[in-house]
Amino acid sequence: MKSNLVYFDYASTTPVDQRVAEKMHECLLLDGNFGNPASRSHEFGWKADEAVEKARLHVANLVKADSREIVWTSGATESDNLAIKGAARFYKDRGNHIITSKIEHKAVLDPCRQLEREGFEITYLDPDENGVVSLENIKKHVKDTTILISIMHINNELGAVNDIEEIGKFTRENNIIFHVDAAQSTGKLPIDLSKLDVDLMSFSGHKTYGPKGIGALYVSRKPRVRLEALIHGGGHERGFRSGTLPTHQIVGMGEAFRIAADEMDKDNKKIAKLADLFWKEVSGIEEIYLNGSFKNKIPNITNISFAYIEGESLIMALKDVAVSSGSACTSASLEPSYVLRALGRADELAHSSIRFSFGRFTTEKEVKMVAETTKRVVHQLRELSPLWDMFKDGVDLEKVEWVTH
Amino acid sequence: MYSRKVIQKFEETLNNPQAHNVGRMDAQAKNVGTGMVGAPACGDVMRLQIEVNDKEVITDCKFKTYGCGSAIASSQQMIEMLIGKTLEEAKNIKDREIAEILELPSIKIHCSVLAEDSIKKAIADYESKKA
Repeated sequence: MKSNLVYFDYASTTPVDQRVAEKMHECLLLDGNFGNPASRSHEFGWKADEAVEKARLHVANLVKADSREIVWTSGATESDNLAIKGAARFYKDRGNHIITSKIEHKAVLDPCRQLEREGFEITYLDPDENGVVSLENIKKHVKDTTILISIMHINNELGAVNDIEEIGKFTRENNIIFHVDAAQSTGKLPIDLSKLDVDLMSFSGHKTYGPKGIGALYVSRKPRVRLEALIHGGGHERGFRSGTLPTHQIVGMGEAFRIAADEMDKDNKKIAKLADLFWKEVSGIEEIYLNGSFKNKIPNITNISFAYIEGESLIMALKDVAVSSGSACTSASLEPSYVLRALGRADELAHSSIRFSFGRFTTEKEVKMVAETTKRVVHQLRELSPLWDMFKDGVDLEKVEWVTH
Repeated sequence: MYSRKVIQKFEETLNNPQAHNVGRMDAQAKNVGTGMVGAPACGDVMRLQIEVNDKEVITDCKFKTYGCGSAIASSQQMIEMLIGKTLEEAKNIKDREIAEILELPSIKIHCSVLAEDSIKKAIADYESKKA
């Protein structure tokens, strides 16, 4: 990788921590722990099984669950699919109504769409202007037929945090299954499933310095939640998810979560400081808008709309910085970010948005460099922008009759 | 995903706008035609201005573009093709030519379409002032 590239896209994925990589290495070669954890007849299998169970404990410890409540999957997408489709199909005799929000990850929205095709009724709630789904809004839309509510813990574009404690209390009282996509949360916010009334929670390995291709689903035992499996086969993971367990991936995720439990406070303090510094540096730029709210977001994600500049051109101008944008031009669909639109942001501000996300390996030097570069290129791109001219001339862009194509 | 040409044109324009015809002309002037196309909600707006002499030759152009990298590169490419052409020749510039020169990916073809539209609008504006 080019050494002058700065990685500010930790919300997309994280590099594997060196300590994680070393543990994974131990589970690959002939002289390592390569056995099939399901092999009951020899030492190779027993050793692999032991490593898998140790990793399961690490994952469970981070979120204060019982390790028997952790089911390995291929990632948070599979966990979301298993939770939503699995619960809906198992409990379909109770009702056919599901509530989620418009700013969920596609890994939640798309399974919901699939369930609609199967005859379920889905309500997609609007978040408030900061990306938070309120309990009041949920209550307004609950029906007698509601069997499942799926709300994310931390939004991946904004870093906005939902109050899953409050929502959980309500769903538990009303005997509704509550699923939480927590792909962005681990190692960033403490999670205590021994206290939370959450029935199902999705986790990802690679958002927390573990490897890609591994995730987990928490399936509550008290009260016991049941699911219809998506993948059938050898009956692994108590029938929830068949398929030979990838020891090296699991061990990697386990180690990553063990480190997260140990170092969460240290990581968070550092990242909060860097995020403050970054905002202090860039907030002097005219006509920028923070998407989300400082009051209720994790510092790891700073999502800013730079008015009168298109996000993809800003990404191109920030050429040595890896960030992502809500601009249509960076998506295959040519649609601007559905998350920002759901907040009520105008399309042009969605097009102008950049998500900067920081992580364990971000340095102060990088933050200063990226802030400086951002200030410079925003100025440069505005010099190129007819909209900036018009804004400076006092033209009301809302009132212009645009020639669309 | 972009060709080297798009990146090069984009960076040249960004780093040295004056030398690459970024700017604006007096839209009221008789010898200037202005064409603005696109919409902020769609993520691109292109404003092209042409200066035309008595012989109906385009002697100078200025532009500003809000849009993705390929929209800015397409504007720049369009300017290169316009200067020195007669209005009749300019009317024949096709979006396809711009797209081919810049090797635009198919998802970005609308950027070159926008450029062609802005040429047509700028010429129409100039001609309406003459009439």
